[in-house]
Amino acid sequence: MKKLGDILLGKEPFSEHVMGNTAVVRAMVEAGTRVITSYPGSPTPEIASAIAGIHQDKRPFHFEFCVNEKVAVEVAYGAAVNGRPSVVFFKSVGLNVAADTFVQLNHMDIPGGMVVIIGDDPGAHSSQNEQDNRHIARMSYTPVFEPGSPSEVYSFFLAASAMAKKHRMAVLLRLTTHVCHGKERVSFSGWNNPEPDDTPIFRGEGGEYIPIGPNVARMKKRALDRLELASEYLSGSALQRLEDNSNSARGVITAGLPFYSLLDSISKAEGKPDILKLAMVYPIDENAVVEFLKAHKEVLVLEELDDFMEQTVKRIAYDHRIDVSILGKEKQENWIGEYTPDRVKRILAELWPDLIIPIPPVTSSLSVPPRSPQMCPGCGHRSAFHAIAKALKETDITVADIGCHTLGFLPPYEIGRLLMSMGASTGIGQGLSLFNDQRRIVTFLGDSTFFHAGMPGIVNAVFNKHQLTLIVMDNGTTAMTGHQDHPGSGSNFNGSTERIPVRNVLEGLGVKDITEVDTYNQKSLTEAVAKALDAPGFSVVIAKHPCMLKFTREQKRKPGYTPKHVRVNPDNCTLTRECIDDFACPSFMWKADEDEVSVNTDLCIGDGSCIQTCPSRAIEPESKKGESK
Amino acid sequence: MNIYMTGVGGQGIGLLSEVLLRALEHSGKTVRGVDTHGLAQRGGIVVSHIRTGEGEFPPLITPGEADIVLSLERHEALRATGTFLADGGTLAYYDAVWQPYSVRSGDAQEVTVEQIDEVCKSRSIKVLRVKRNDLPDPRMQNTALLNEILLNNVIPGLTREHLTEAYTDLLKGSALVQNLSLLN
Ligand SMILES: Cc1ncc(C[n+]2csc(CCOP(=O)(O)OP(=O)(O)O)c2C)c(N)n1
Repeated sequence: MKKLGDILLGKEPFSEHVMGNTAVVRAMVEAGTRVITSYPGSPTPEIASAIAGIHQDKRPFHFEFCVNEKVAVEVAYGAAVNGRPSVVFFKSVGLNVAADTFVQLNHMDIPGGMVVIIGDDPGAHSSQNEQDNRHIARMSYTPVFEPGSPSEVYSFFLAASAMAKKHRMAVLLRLTTHVCHGKERVSFSGWNNPEPDDTPIFRGEGGEYIPIGPNVARMKKRALDRLELASEYLSGSALQRLEDNSNSARGVITAGLPFYSLLDSISKAEGKPDILKLAMVYPIDENAVVEFLKAHKEVLVLEELDDFMEQTVKRIAYDHRIDVSILGKEKQENWIGEYTPDRVKRILAELWPDLIIPIPPVTSSLSVPPRSPQMCPGCGHRSAFHAIAKALKETDITVADIGCHTLGFLPPYEIGRLLMSMGASTGIGQGLSLFNDQRRIVTFLGDSTFFHAGMPGIVNAVFNKHQLTLIVMDNGTTAMTGHQDHPGSGSNFNGSTERIPVRNVLEGLGVKDITEVDTYNQKSLTEAVAKALDAPGFSVVIAKHPCMLKFTREQKRKPGYTPKHVRVNPDNCTLTRECIDDFACPSFMWKADEDEVSVNTDLCIGDGSCIQTCPSRAIEPESKKGESK
Repeated sequence: MNIYMTGVGGQGIGLLSEVLLRALEHSGKTVRGVDTHGLAQRGGIVVSHIRTGEGEFPPLITPGEADIVLSLERHEALRATGTFLADGGTLAYYDAVWQPYSVRSGDAQEVTVEQIDEVCKSRSIKVLRVKRNDLPDPRMQNTALLNEILLNNVIPGLTREHLTEAYTDLLKGSALVQNLSLLN
């Protein structure tokens, strides 16, 4: 197999087995994209991993992780109005952060063209909701392409990019989790782009780019005109498919991954419905829908999440007076969750029992203990929670934020009992503190989140003199999404950069009461938090320790690496079980039949953060084994 | 053919599925797959789907329709047998035990080898349990499992050559040498 970078840059046509997130990078290269920006968030960070596979000097584009999604859209927009074809990608909820700028895009003339790639997450595999971003596309008059496989990710991106360039506009490419991560063999074309013309072409005379007063109406008209162009663009497009099974009774209108789930569920069925698979889910190709509705007695609109296409299809049937029965989200439960093949099978079996024999849901009588994600062995957040718990009272209210530390809500810590969105904790904490002098408020913030959207809440706490304590969980990286650098890391995607320490920012924002403690220093951290909680006004504790997953991975790559572990010395262990019940590092195993604590050496990294938590001093580095005997 | 793989975040299931996917391609099949990325990788349940077939099909397997379940952990082996494995299928697992929190806390019982055997027997599922004490690195448990799959012909048509080719695609240097030395 060729190296990833060569795969992505190769000029000759070829095929390779790749995931959607990799295929899209090849498409960006072929399309002559010059500027790509992002903020990390599942299911999209592997797009950046693919980009990292191309040596920096060989990248035909500039890529950067920005501090948040809004800035990422702005950087891409700035590049595009100056003539550079640009792309910005992020996760579903990232569009909420970017919205203020995003909704303006198609009011503007964007000579370079922009593709906004959004990773929606039906099923909420790694998101705080399963919002359906097709809605915001309508609100902002942005056309949306929706591929359902890696091959389609590649070809739909090329179509979106061509359209964006041709009509000097922004186009959305809506991916979903299993489209991003699905893998198949994709055939790529060759490419041979001319040297990019990097003339900074921006003009903007006569307030052309200033949406004020009468300009706004003119700009809005431009956005609406472009939507009409979008549907024109679609007629006859090879991306939209009609699966003709000669069935005049039943048809299905669908798009994206649900199309493939549909193919799977009817693969053995007799009397398959006809299928209209849309490539663009907004605006919808009205002519194609009219023809399809006219040709069938009953049409099912099969779409994940909300009844977005269904509403339009029903409107079209009404406007064109078509006598057809349209089925869609008949039940509330069908608004929720991913349309996996089994799910589609169940939906079809219910609607058309003669087509598909209902499959009995797999009811497993087995009871296997549940397993949820948890903080890694050695995680500094665990040491922090263990220490912070000792400074908290039962009545204190703890507010979590987004990131690995969110997992602190799980037993045994149960710290961080509200969660909303990135950077929200400090503001929520301020509200909780109002008319409340009985219960103390502690809020948490990860360090990447601090830079992303955390700072305004902090400024508000200073500005409006709120009474609460913020604990910044500083592990030097954006851990949960795969260790991307942030402004406090000391490097960016492309090399080293001057570190912006959290402490300096806090000082600059006017925070007076700041303490910084390494979380492995548990006694000091408990004291610092206790003191901060007693202090009047707004106090901040920076609870620091480098992400140990990142650190250990780096160590393992070095030559001569030898694994380290701790062990439980049975002579000293008095079965207080503090390591399991309070500290709860997953490396500690409980042998119920032998009443014994042991260490899982597959998991333990030998960081020793647990040693101080054992009242019987039974935990020791494994290297000590033998020494004592 | 549907192969469902499972384990705990950090066990190296990503490499297992990538090797298998490529090996199956080298054996001449049309393969699609999908892996878990993101949040679940932090010590949660991580799964991969691999499907071979004809024409167009999605990468996701329907619960109860996996012909083969491969697991790198004992609890997850039983869980996936309950949710994804078809009656009469094959379960192959590496017998590592990464206790979930409720087992450590004493609120739930650790799954036993006997429990798995019993469930599989009642559903005519073939079981292959792998456990070795000679691995230089726990991250090679996935290759040890693949080797047993090969020796026991769990995946028809998959040969040592296909696996070797797949490893050579993906690894280099001492990691490649070490993993290949486990295939015999
Ligand atoms: C608006 C938005 N963008 C991106 C994400 C994805 N996301 C989830 S966790 C996380 C990491 C936050 O990093 P940090 O604050 O440093 O905490 P850590 O995970 O390192 O503890 C991100 C970016 C999100 N949930 N919401």
